[in-house]
Amino acid sequence: MSALATAAAQDHHEDHGHHHKQTFITKYIFSTDHKMISKQYLITGILMGIVGIMMSVLFRMQIAWPEESFAIFNLLLGDKWAPDGVMTPAMYLSLVTIHGTIMVFFVLTAGLSGTFSNLLIPLQIGARDMASGFMNMLSYWLFFISTIIMLSSLFIESGPANAGWTIYPPLSALPQAIGGSGMGMTLWLISMAIFIASQLLAGINYIVTVINLRTKGMSMMRLPLTVWALFVTAIVGLVSFPVLLSAALLLIMDRSFGTSFFLSDIYLQGEVLNHQGGSPVLFEHLFWFLGHPEVYIVILPAMGLVSEIMATNSRKPIFGYRAMVASLLAIAFLSTIVWGHHMFVSGMNPFLGSVFTFTTLLIAIPSAVKAFNWITTLWKGNLQMNPAMLFSIGFVSTFITGGLTGIILGDSTLDINVHDTYFVIAHFHLVMGISALYGAIAGVYHWFPKMFGRMMNKNMGYIHFWVTAVGAYGVFFPMHFVGLAGLPRRYYTNTAFPYFDDLADVNVIITVSAIITAAIQVVFLYNFFVSIFYGKKATQNPWKATTLEWTTPVAHIHGNWPGPVPVVYRWSYDYSKMNEKGTDYVVPGQDFVPQNVPLQEHEEELNH
Amino acid sequence: MTVFLVIIILALLAVTGWQMSKIFDLSRGPGADSSPIANDKDNRQQAQITLAFMVFLYLGMAYSFWHWSKLYLPEAASEHGNEIDTLMFISIGIIMTVQVITQALLHWFVYKYQGRKGKKALFFADNDKLEFIWTIIPVITLAGLIIYGLFTWSDIMNISEEDDPIIIEVYAKQFSWEARYAGGDNTLGEANVRFIEGINTVGVNENDPYASDDKITSELHLPVGQKVLFKFRSQDVLHSAYFPHFRAQMNVVPGMVTQFAFTPDITTEEMRNSDYMVDKVSTINDIRKENSEALMAKGEAPLDSYEFDYFLLCNKICGEAHYNMQMKIVVETEEEYNAWLSEQETFAETMEK
Ligand code: HEM
Ligand SMILES: [Cu+2]
Ligand SMILES: [Cu+2]
Repeated sequence: MSALATAAAQDHHEDHGHHHKQTFITKYIFSTDHKMISKQYLITGILMGIVGIMMSVLFRMQIAWPEESFAIFNLLLGDKWAPDGVMTPAMYLSLVTIHGTIMVFFVLTAGLSGTFSNLLIPLQIGARDMASGFMNMLSYWLFFISTIIMLSSLFIESGPANAGWTIYPPLSALPQAIGGSGMGMTLWLISMAIFIASQLLAGINYIVTVINLRTKGMSMMRLPLTVWALFVTAIVGLVSFPVLLSAALLLIMDRSFGTSFFLSDIYLQGEVLNHQGGSPVLFEHLFWFLGHPEVYIVILPAMGLVSEIMATNSRKPIFGYRAMVASLLAIAFLSTIVWGHHMFVSGMNPFLGSVFTFTTLLIAIPSAVKAFNWITTLWKGNLQMNPAMLFSIGFVSTFITGGLTGIILGDSTLDINVHDTYFVIAHFHLVMGISALYGAIAGVYHWFPKMFGRMMNKNMGYIHFWVTAVGAYGVFFPMHFVGLAGLPRRYYTNTAFPYFDDLADVNVIITVSAIITAAIQVVFLYNFFVSIFYGKKATQNPWKATTLEWTTPVAHIHGNWPGPVPVVYRWSYDYSKMNEKGTDYVVPGQDFVPQNVPLQEHEEELNH
Repeated sequence: MTVFLVIIILALLAVTGWQMSKIFDLSRGPGADSSPIANDKDNRQQAQITLAFMVFLYLGMAYSFWHWSKLYLPEAASEHGNEIDTLMFISIGIIMTVQVITQALLHWFVYKYQGRKGKKALFFADNDKLEFIWTIIPVITLAGLIIYGLFTWSDIMNISEEDDPIIIEVYAKQFSWEARYAGGDNTLGEANVRFIEGINTVGVNENDPYASDDKITSELHLPVGQKVLFKFRSQDVLHSAYFPHFRAQMNVVPGMVTQFAFTPDITTEEMRNSDYMVDKVSTINDIRKENSEALMAKGEAPLDSYEFDYFLLCNKICGEAHYNMQMKIVVETEEEYNAWLSEQETFAETMEK
């Protein structure tokens, strides 16, 4: 497939200057246009999201009604994995594993930052396209291939990978230990290796584009926070993904070539394995050296989108722009030195635990600053309650709720007893999963007119938001208490311990909320797909925003601006700025000043 | 209870559906607002719903704490466990305070500053003093928590062998636990998976003189008030030895010996008789009775009634039966412990058979 891609791209290059000659294939499939690639990422991400969330509904049903028979299990999973409609333990673990993998990597890494980096970086910095359109296309198609491989692993005889999304060896290395570690894990590793290649290509491209292709006047401190966030995300990805790749390669060698990087002293099924001298703890270090930054790769873009959407819809500048940038950088830096908080009880030296507690609680500070700045952005605003705004407010709410419990998990002493329980599941779903999804959805509602030239229906947006908001808290708030009761995660059922019988009610509430939350997403999907074709036609700048993407025409053209690229004279947050005498806005009668409007007479550019 | 909740949720769903169809009708009718952009009416309505949502959030949190706080584990059954619990309650107190304040501000501002045509927002881009304040407050609070936490952490994790702890090996494999007591010399014999053979299931070196008095058991008995140092070993994949009631946990790593020490201070008997446990066990038995009736109606065997025992569970995914890898723990008086231990077979005796 990539050979084909190369050929198509070369054609396209020779084609330069005659874009009217584009065929269906170069326009919609092997496109090198950043706007089209962004849509490809978005649609792929949405489809993967449907799969991932469906999986969570299935395994949640097993938890709430353990070992009960459901026709839908049998229908979707087949006789092998759900004989008589009862889910098998191996399938439960596979669903959990693939759910986690899909949501973290395919939906919230590729889907979220792929969509918005591609769409917004060139448009908001005033560039005609990405630095390398070809690399950009390659990155999407590698991502696409990796999703196909991951999905194909669902259909193989020995079952998909089921050692958890963290794939700790030895479990993930030894097919004798669990069925999914055979062919399923091989496919998982191949898929992730290709995925990482795709992310690295994309990341380099984003970074180069931001550094080199900013239009005249667009200094770094005039960049919208979206671009800042996407830029920093790409750097974090570039630093951490190669480490995961090396961990995956070493694991592949242990699995297939008899090396012993992670394996030692193992006796399985009546025989001692040859592996000697490796350490699973080493794998944990490598995995979490990516794994922790990964959660910031997921959340930083959402933070950027939310900052932008909040300022626009509050008709106010984002509060504390410099602090927002500084905290992004601080979070990005600190995120690479906190990985050990996933390993307090892994057997590593307790002194290291102290160090990681310290760095982890440090990272709470820039995060707190961000939360306060968002809240202050609302203060004395003129809030326009568009669906994107609601999701942004929802983001701040879940980010706070989920972030606060991080203070408990980051404290090595307290982590001893809640590590790997449902408390952790509750924490990271609120702070990373739900928040990032809210950010992504907010982005979709906000930039839909830019992507598709039409508007989404706001009333459906309102219903979508409120049911989701109630449902998501309904799933994840009660889950804290299940965790504090000592219930471990990744348990097929907890009926093996009568001690946990009194958690049954809470588990039912959680599952019913999950079903409702998942079901209401249909309203979103309907709104999304129908609006692409039948939505109201968008105007050029529907949200009255200041950033450059809204200076491009509604219809997409190659190169973005029909005339010269706009020149930038101010930062991107001149909302409700008054003229010198305080009698009217800077531009009379208009409460925003786009970035390409020169400073007015007597107007001062604040020193942000 | 469950049925009741499901009914409530279904009812909510029905209301949602009804509301939804109403909204669609409204947006279709003549004179309906068909703009895809929020207008003053939307701003007002959504702001009101936000306020209602805030009420829901607070009621939800209050309900959760009211009804489910009791799910928190019983009083810690180990000496260090009480320190962990104290720190836990302080932390929960702090974060819930912050939660209540910040969520209130967030939702209240949304309500208070709802958009209206012609209203002017305040151009407020920066304020160093404010930002300094909300940087410094978390710094101070977190510094306090870190210092408290780290002292407790090093107390728990730095094990001095000076106070002569009882040494017990906890041995993990798919999907069961075994315990190995070090015997009269309180020293464990050498062990490695390569020694596993026949009845020597945990791989103890028969030629090591320290090994002969080791005792391998399938239950973990601990004398109350005495420090125990656990050495963990796994023969196959990662496991995690999780003792929730003792606030203790350590991963069990093949190829490596990990350790954790604690002093149990509540016997099984005392725990069973505590108000907390009496209450919990009776709730559980009510639930089990109800479930048993349902089972018997289907012609299946009823569930046993439940009596509390401490347990060890596996808390690191280790295979298909990970969810059922448990070992009973008994905390008892020293005499009972000694009596039990003396009945156990030594490793040498086992191997002679
Ligand atoms: C309706 C939405 C969702 C529900 C109901 C849900 C539910 C769950 C539950 C209950 C688990 C724990 C299962 C277990 O340990 O046995 C889990 C695992 C996980 N979820 Fe979700 N989740 C949802 C959405 C998301 C999102 C948006 C993300 C994105 C970050 C995500 C990422 C993960 C990850 C990484 C795991 C860990 C998988 C593992 O243990 O290997 N989930 N999910
Ligand atoms: Cu982390
Ligand atoms: Cu285990």
